[in-house]
Amino acid sequence: MVGELEFERPIVELRRKIAEIKEFTETADVDLSSEIKKLEARLEKLEQDIYENIKPWDRVQIARLPNRPTTLDYISYLFDGFFECHGDRTFADDEAIVGGVAKFNGLPVTVIGHQRGKDTKENIRRNFGMPHPEGYRKALRLMKQADKFNRPIICFIDTKGAYPGKAAEERGQSEAIARNLFEMAGLRVPVICIVIGEGGSGGALALGVGNHIFMLENSTYSVISPEGAAAILWKDASLAKNAAETMKITAPDLKELGVIDDIIPEIKGGAHRDIKRQAEEIEKVLKESLQQLLNLTEDELIADRYNRFRDIGEYTILKDYIGVN
Amino acid sequence: MALKDLFTKNQPKKKKYATIHTENAKTDVPEGIMTKCPSCKKIMYTKELVKNAKVCLHCGFHFQMNASERIDSFLDEGSFGEINEAMTSRNPLNFPDYLEKLEKDRQKSMLNEAVVTGMGTVNGHKVVLAIMDASFRMGSMGSVVGEKITRAIEQADELSIPFIIFTASGGARMQEGALSLMQMAKTSVALKRFSNNGGLFISIMTHPTTGGVSASFASLGDFNFAEPGALIAFAGRRVIEQSIREELPEDFQTAEFLLKHGQLDAIISRTELVEKIANLLEIHQPGGELEW
Ligand SMILES: [Zn+2]
Repeated sequence: MVGELEFERPIVELRRKIAEIKEFTETADVDLSSEIKKLEARLEKLEQDIYENIKPWDRVQIARLPNRPTTLDYISYLFDGFFECHGDRTFADDEAIVGGVAKFNGLPVTVIGHQRGKDTKENIRRNFGMPHPEGYRKALRLMKQADKFNRPIICFIDTKGAYPGKAAEERGQSEAIARNLFEMAGLRVPVICIVIGEGGSGGALALGVGNHIFMLENSTYSVISPEGAAAILWKDASLAKNAAETMKITAPDLKELGVIDDIIPEIKGGAHRDIKRQAEEIEKVLKESLQQLLNLTEDELIADRYNRFRDIGEYTILKDYIGVN
Repeated sequence: MALKDLFTKNQPKKKKYATIHTENAKTDVPEGIMTKCPSCKKIMYTKELVKNAKVCLHCGFHFQMNASERIDSFLDEGSFGEINEAMTSRNPLNFPDYLEKLEKDRQKSMLNEAVVTGMGTVNGHKVVLAIMDASFRMGSMGSVVGEKITRAIEQADELSIPFIIFTASGGARMQEGALSLMQMAKTSVALKRFSNNGGLFISIMTHPTTGGVSASFASLGDFNFAEPGALIAFAGRRVIEQSIREELPEDFQTAEFLLKHGQLDAIISRTELVEKIANLLEIHQPGGELEW
C-alpha cells in the first residue's frame, strides 16, 4: 500500500492476517467468525493505540508522503470556480506557489498555497514546492488584489522552505519574505492560514501571518528541518528523530506554545487515506473561522493580527537588574 | 542550514582580530598594542583603529563592532539611555544545555542578550536605537531579541521619532524553535504599524546579517543600508553550493553584491555614517518648508 510507514506496520500486518482468514473461510467449510471478530476488535484497539500516539518523527514522515494531499487537491474539494492567476508582474511565474480566486460556499475568496509536485516531473516544474522570490511576490500581489476587492484570504502552507539558491539570493529572497510578513500585517480582510504538510521556516511563514492559524494533525511547522537541527546541534543528521522531538514541531506542541490556534483532526492514518473526508474536516474549520472573522471591522482585523503575533514569545524581566555579574 | 557556514565567508582567517570584543578590547586598547588588519595584513595601533571607528587606516576594512563600541561611535556622547535591559531568556522548549550556553555568553560578552535597545541622539536628532551584537549567541533571534526590538519599535511609534537598527545575526535561535521563527512575524507586524503611522525606519546591516533576521526587519527599512564587505544572506553559502553545484561569484552575498542586485539603498562606510544618517534624519524632520 502506498504511503505505508514503519510505525504502522503492526496494523498493516494484522489487517492482512484478517483478510487472509476471511478469504480462507470463503473457500473452506469452517466457521471462523468468532476468531475474526476477536481479531477485528484487536485491530481496532491497535489502530487506536498507534494512531492516537503518533510520535513526532512519524508525523514528519506522514507530512512528507509523496501522496499527501496538496494545496491544489484541497482547492478542488473546498472551492468552486477556482481561477488560477500566474506571475508576479515583474520577473516570472513561480509554480512552487499557486494562487487565484474562487468561491467558498458562495463567498468570494482568494486562495494561495505552496504547491509540491506529485511526481518527479511535476516536482521539477514546481521546484519541490520551494519558492523563489517571485513566488512570494506573486502571493503578495494576489493578497493586495484580495484586499482591494474585500475578499478573505486563505493560505495553505506546505513547503520545506524557501529555495536556497543563487538566483533566489540575487533577486532578494530575504526581502521577498520580509515584505510578505510586513504587508500581510496590514491586510484589511480576514486571513486564515492552514499548515497542511511541512511548514519550513521563513519560507512557510511568508504565507503565515494570519488572523487564525491552523495545522493539520500530522503536519509540522518549524524554524529548521529536524535533519538541519541535528546536523548543527549534534553534528549528526541521523539524529533527526531526536531533533523532531526536541524542537517541538508538531501540531499539539505548537498549540501548547501558542503558535497556532487549533489543530484540524486528520483521517485515521493520515490525510492521504481519504482526501474528500479530510477536506470536509477543513471546511468545517474554515466556515467557523470565517464566521468569526467576518464580524470584525478592517481595523479590528488588523489589530487582531497584531495582537496574535505580539503575544508570542517567552522571557523574564529580572528584578533589581544592575548588569551582567 | 548550518549556522556556522554563514560565518566562514568573508571572514578573515585570523578571526580573533576580526572580533575585538570585550576581553581583547580591554587588554588591547589602553596599552596601545598593535592590531593586524586581516584584509591588508598591515599593522596599526589599536588605539588609532578604535578612533577610526574600527575601520582599517590602510584599506578601509571594517572590523566587527560590539554594541557598546557602536553606541560610542554612533551616538552623541553620553546621550544613550538603555531600555528593557533587564529582559532575559527562558528555556521554553526545555532545550538541553540552553540555559548554560546563555550564561556562558553572558560572561563572555558582558551582555544580557543579543540586542541592546535604547534612546539617544545623532547630531542632536532623537532616535530609538537597537544594536544587535554577534558576540552573544551569534546574534541569533529568540523571544527576547524579538520582544526588545518590538518594544523599541513601539516606543519609537509612541514618541513619533525615528527607529534605527544595526543588525548582526546568524538568524533564528534554534533552541527556541518556532517561537524564534515567530519573532520574524512579531517584529514585522510592529514595523507595519509604525510605518502606517508615518514612522521612519532605517536599517543598517552589518557583518553578518543572515537567515531569519535578514528575512524580516533587516530588509524592511524605509532605507536599507549596509557596511562595506558585510555578509548579508538568506541561505548559507554551503547550502547553496550543495543545491546548485555551481561556482558562486567571489562577492556572493556581500553588501556589494546586494547593492549591485538592487537590494540596498547604499553602502555606507562607518567613517561617514554619522554624517550621512544625521542628514537623512534632518531631511525627515517634520515642518521642513520651502524658503522663499
Ligand atoms: Zn586593512
